[in-house]
Amino acid sequence: MRLSAFAKAAAILAIALPTAGHAHRAWLLPSATVLSGDNLFVTVDAAISNDLFYFEHRPMRLENLTITAPDGSSVAPENVATGKFRTTFDIAVGKPGTYRVALTGDGVFGRYKLNGEMKRWRGNANDVAKSIPAGAEDVQITHSQRRIETFVTVGKPSDTLSKLSGSGLELLPVTHPNDVVAGSDATFKFMLDGKPAAGVKVVLIRGGSRYRDKLDEINVTTDQEGKVVFKPAVAGMYWISASVRDDKSSVPNAKARQATYAATFEVLPE
Amino acid sequence: MRKVLTIGVAGALGEPAVAAEVEVNIEIPRLDVAEYHRPYVAVWLEHADRTAAKTLSVWYDVNHRGNEGDKWLKDLRQWWRRAGREMKVPADGITGATKPVGKHAIKLDASNTVLKELAPGDYEVVVEAAREVGGREVVRLPLKWPAQGPVATEVKGKDELGVVSLKVTP
Repeated sequence: MRLSAFAKAAAILAIALPTAGHAHRAWLLPSATVLSGDNLFVTVDAAISNDLFYFEHRPMRLENLTITAPDGSSVAPENVATGKFRTTFDIAVGKPGTYRVALTGDGVFGRYKLNGEMKRWRGNANDVAKSIPAGAEDVQITHSQRRIETFVTVGKPSDTLSKLSGSGLELLPVTHPNDVVAGSDATFKFMLDGKPAAGVKVVLIRGGSRYRDKLDEINVTTDQEGKVVFKPAVAGMYWISASVRDDKSSVPNAKARQATYAATFEVLPE
Repeated sequence: MRKVLTIGVAGALGEPAVAAEVEVNIEIPRLDVAEYHRPYVAVWLEHADRTAAKTLSVWYDVNHRGNEGDKWLKDLRQWWRRAGREMKVPADGITGATKPVGKHAIKLDASNTVLKELAPGDYEVVVEAAREVGGREVVRLPLKWPAQGPVATEVKGKDELGVVSLKVTP
């Protein structure tokens, strides 16, 4: 009973990003990242899996999906469908410029002891007080912020991605993510709560991992300005992810905050 | 006599050299493939730092129903990233229909505005071809502008392009 309630809560919140001991990867995979012409659509797959980019575990739930058009307006997804392994949706990309597709999650994870028994709880930050009983001991609350993104550009890239939410871990492009080319340096900046995130480990993994023996990941660490520079040798769809753990949570009584970021972008052939 | 003198003075003032003719000849090879479509081709000039200086020619499916032809312009990936996405198509004197198998010449005579406005420097003529349900290929030929003497260079594509040649007649 206790376990099933936890599983249910986990499923509702499920944007399972990789944390220590939790290897599944959450991703959005667009059908195209660079487009020309008018009246266009892209379709996006959203899933949680081990291999990139294969649907072999769970579909992604689309709570808190925000699609931002080049003019800053929001676009609603169309034809949303969730199957056993993936969720898919279409986006009308009618305007020239860059679209940001973002799935965000903000919640808390609590552990506590009640009458000598360990309990776990997952939910909304506002529900902490009413969900954790007054008699609970050893209460540990972790605030979890997640952001999963992908980017699509029609024609010339626009500055859509320079506008950040200022909360959690985010990517601020120096090189536009729709302008990354195999064999050339690319620079991304990571921001935590809107400020440069220094010393953050960032990993990049190319898709198609099922057909090679090595993961061939690129490991980089952000500098003082939050920047990472990397040079992907091979073109393809890449998954980039980073995570920060600190004690700077806005949630009362949260001892720790875990802010995670992941995005899918295409490295273009020269 | 007077006229020649005028040109001489202009040259001395650092104006780009005039009266040169540039010809780019592109061979579209015959390919033995199950499904053949004429390639999209872009021809442009690049600066030494690989930024685009000027698009000379784009052959694509201009009259495709519902402007569907524009949709595949991004498959000319290098051109699209460096120049195409900055342009409006169709563009007068630049865009045209796709071409059949054979040799096709792009001639820019001395009166051509691109040449007239081209600053002296080291350029590359870049030719990119991309074929629907097929491959893509890019070839490059150096171009020093203004040419000090006649130039005749060529490069042979491996797959999607045949011989691409550049002729400059000062």
